[in-house]
Amino acid sequence: MADHVDTLELREQFDTAEQQKDASTLGMWIFLITEVMFFGGMFLAYTVYRRAYPDVFAIASSSLNAVIGAINTGVLLLSSFTMVMAVRAAQLGQRKTIILFLTLTLFFGGMFLGVKAYEWNEKFQEHHIPGQAAFHLEGVAPSEQGHAQLFFSLYFAMTGLHALHMVIGVGLLSFLMIQAAKGTYSATYFTPVDVAGLYWHFVDVIWIFLFPLLYLIDRHLGKPL
Amino acid sequence: MTGHIDSIKTYVGVLLALLILTAVTTAVAYVDLGPFSVVVALTIAAIKMLLVALFFMHLRHSNQLTKLVVLGGLMWLGILLALTLSDFATRGWLGVPGK
Repeated sequence: MADHVDTLELREQFDTAEQQKDASTLGMWIFLITEVMFFGGMFLAYTVYRRAYPDVFAIASSSLNAVIGAINTGVLLLSSFTMVMAVRAAQLGQRKTIILFLTLTLFFGGMFLGVKAYEWNEKFQEHHIPGQAAFHLEGVAPSEQGHAQLFFSLYFAMTGLHALHMVIGVGLLSFLMIQAAKGTYSATYFTPVDVAGLYWHFVDVIWIFLFPLLYLIDRHLGKPL
Repeated sequence: MTGHIDSIKTYVGVLLALLILTAVTTAVAYVDLGPFSVVVALTIAAIKMLLVALFFMHLRHSNQLTKLVVLGGLMWLGILLALTLSDFATRGWLGVPGK
């Protein structure tokens, strides 16, 4: 290793630092596109079943707490803002500001996960867990309870997968904080912060679609029955 | 590094727009728009996605290749959705002989 004139911002295989940065960004976007297709399959399953059982899905969706969902959306958007501020601090080479904003991002990300845990716990108490023998959704005929379970299966699969991505994101941010504290990043090399930012914003975008699709279906029908 | 450093003001503006759109989409959900409620909800979500992608993910400063990859990826998602839904939407249209 010591023989190479090989720095973090310019590895041997690249001509310029800019080329190296572009390659990293492109690679991350390609990964995110595979993630779009991953989540896309679930959005598709959701669409197919919502088309098949629109009335049951509307009632099941209305049983979720839209206000908590909206507040949590705001919290996640705030975390995206603090993340982009961390990237900005990295661009400017401000080490302490990077750590400050990463801490804030972790705080908001953790708050989002906490609220999510509270919501899931509520589902257990209300017997809205698919597969539960005691599953029962008020306002839905006994013969339609299975279709209501479908909604909650999709709800848990989609929010669960989203939360898993958040947990991975928390791990990434923690790693970045340690590296930033060590002084690895500078105004000429901050690619990991930038690329982790792309990931964090992507997870935010997924939630931007999950929130209206899961929480806000036909709310105007009001509390069923 | 290509030095496109956006101002804090830009980011705060985008954040405020995102929060306002979240409030709007929640409030509109309680209004009876018939089949258009889905259209409105998804339009607002798409605008929010664009704001996050263009500003927070710096897509407006990205090079052409990155933009092309993102558009191409969304096109593939479109194929996934369009072809599958065209199947589910049209299954009942024609009787199957012998059934």
